[in-house]
Amino acid sequence: MNIRKLIASVSRGRLSQSKKFFLNFISPLLAIFGFFLSCGIVVHFRGQDALEFYRIILLSGFASFDDFGYVLFNATPLVFTGLAVAIGYKSGLFNIGCEGQLYIAAFAAAWIGMHLNLPAFLLVPLCIGSAMIAGAGWGAVPGFLKARYGAHEVINTIMMNFIAFALMNYLVTSVYQEPGQMIPQTPQIHETARIPRLASLTPILPQSNPLNASFLIACGCVVVCYIFLTYTRWGYELRLVGNAQDVASYGGINPRAVTVWVMALSGAIAGLAGVAEVMGYRYRFLDSFSSGWGFTGIAVALLGRNNPFGILAAAVLFGLLNKVALDIDILLGIPRGLFFAGQGMLIIWLVCVEGISRKKNDT
Amino acid sequence: MILELIPSTLRMATPLGYAALGGIYSERAGVINLALEGMMLIGAFGYVLGTQGSGSTWLGLLIGIGCGLALALLHAVATVTFHADQVVTGIGINILALGITEYLLPLPKQVDGLPHWELPLIGSYSFIVYLLPALMVASHILLFKTPWGLRLRAAGESTEALAALSLSRTKWQYLGILLSGLLAGIGGCFLASEVHYFTKGMTAGRGYLALAAVIFGNWRPLSGVSACFLFGFATALELANRWNIPGQLLHSLPYILTMVVLVGFVGTSRPPASLGKMKL
Repeated sequence: MNIRKLIASVSRGRLSQSKKFFLNFISPLLAIFGFFLSCGIVVHFRGQDALEFYRIILLSGFASFDDFGYVLFNATPLVFTGLAVAIGYKSGLFNIGCEGQLYIAAFAAAWIGMHLNLPAFLLVPLCIGSAMIAGAGWGAVPGFLKARYGAHEVINTIMMNFIAFALMNYLVTSVYQEPGQMIPQTPQIHETARIPRLASLTPILPQSNPLNASFLIACGCVVVCYIFLTYTRWGYELRLVGNAQDVASYGGINPRAVTVWVMALSGAIAGLAGVAEVMGYRYRFLDSFSSGWGFTGIAVALLGRNNPFGILAAAVLFGLLNKVALDIDILLGIPRGLFFAGQGMLIIWLVCVEGISRKKNDT
Repeated sequence: MILELIPSTLRMATPLGYAALGGIYSERAGVINLALEGMMLIGAFGYVLGTQGSGSTWLGLLIGIGCGLALALLHAVATVTFHADQVVTGIGINILALGITEYLLPLPKQVDGLPHWELPLIGSYSFIVYLLPALMVASHILLFKTPWGLRLRAAGESTEALAALSLSRTKWQYLGILLSGLLAGIGGCFLASEVHYFTKGMTAGRGYLALAAVIFGNWRPLSGVSACFLFGFATALELANRWNIPGQLLHSLPYILTMVVLVGFVGTSRPPASLGKMKL
């Protein structure tokens, strides 16, 4: 097999540079713009003031440090799930199981945080580490099943999501439920297992603001992922398996082994979203706490073009959208569903754009 | 004991059965359909909205089916015409359906259910329940005994054969996806008609469960719908909650079984050869 030809065919794009730029960067912006425009029209026909609607949207995330803190707080879990999806995607794997992985990881963090009473400098890393291991384990199973038996990871990650939901529900209602409570949640974790809120470190945020240091972990994770993907041997192997598996095998890389560790790594990163929730915000495990972060992560990765820094930006955008949706709901009485619908349309738009450019490249 | 579970098994299995049949048509034509969940949800919503608006359950059923078809059309346009990733499109559609229905809520009024037919020995069920076995057999004959079915399957198995007959793959894939929207829509209508109202996210993962049944049943109507009855029975057991088995274990049983089947421990599970591949 002519390797050089293969590599060339992988990297060659038939679309002109300007068209590519339009499809990849301008069209998502147009989609978001179009979404807000159509929202305004909907609001107008509801008989409400569209200008007031836009004023609230513009001010929602940026009126104060407090507001922007909420945006970054909303963005934190999405950074992790977005990175998790992107890392899988780069090696040609589709991890739809982030939702299940982050629950398993969150429970692991909560369990360690409840049962061990250690000083913070030991307990915090221990909780984070065990959460990542738990998420990695849950992610590695579909990876292994794909590598060993060829079972499709999409189906298996979906199945394992539901198994994780059921398992969590069982643990939190039957075994570890907080005594004397009707709410399906565990007791609180120890003080020393908590990730500090940024409000306690800087005076610019009010004490009520939930933004915590897990956002800084997320930013660190973005940088580490970028370096990992771009400059390390493993990152190279991962991308090569995703782009040209034959070339990878020819070059002495075992694509099956890569499949397993990539899924594990993806699960570990998704698990950090659970860490942010349990150790940074709620200080306990609450049943079904995630509002579809694992699935929103897919949209975040798509919008961020699977680039870690792009994902950070996309996550902040989605964090802003969530904040806006809440404000619109409270101030104007417009149900949040409008923004979910918009999010769904945005996802479909983005994959269509990607599909068109892929089709053009192939022919 | 077991006999008491028959009514709830039938009620649980019927919406799954319709969605699974829909999934089979779409996947046999080579298009992965994760949007079953959204199609069912919007079908249920359309039924309640239509029945409330028109006062007729039959019009409600039609509107529910129409809503399912509309989402199916969106799926078809995105995946077949624009070659969008089928998995992501499906998830996008599910989020879209959840958003639309949540935005248009609340629908506070109770609505009438679809007519029930009383049969001797069996009991009184919605006519949709009785229709399912007939549709199952019809789908089997249609897919495996007629030239029509051969062509639909060719769209998912061997695109070369289809091209050799100068038939359009696009057309057959559209047809497969639209059929899945129609059937999943009926499943959703049944769901809403049995409880007489619509609640946010009322499908609660049934679309994914139907997809599991498709895989469990090896992409064949007879075994696929049988799998739905098995899954429905597991849910009925969970609801009866009599043998002190944790409900969550029964709840996750279908998913565990599907993973086991997919790995190939039990028999062989073989998806259509060109499933998910868009290149011609």
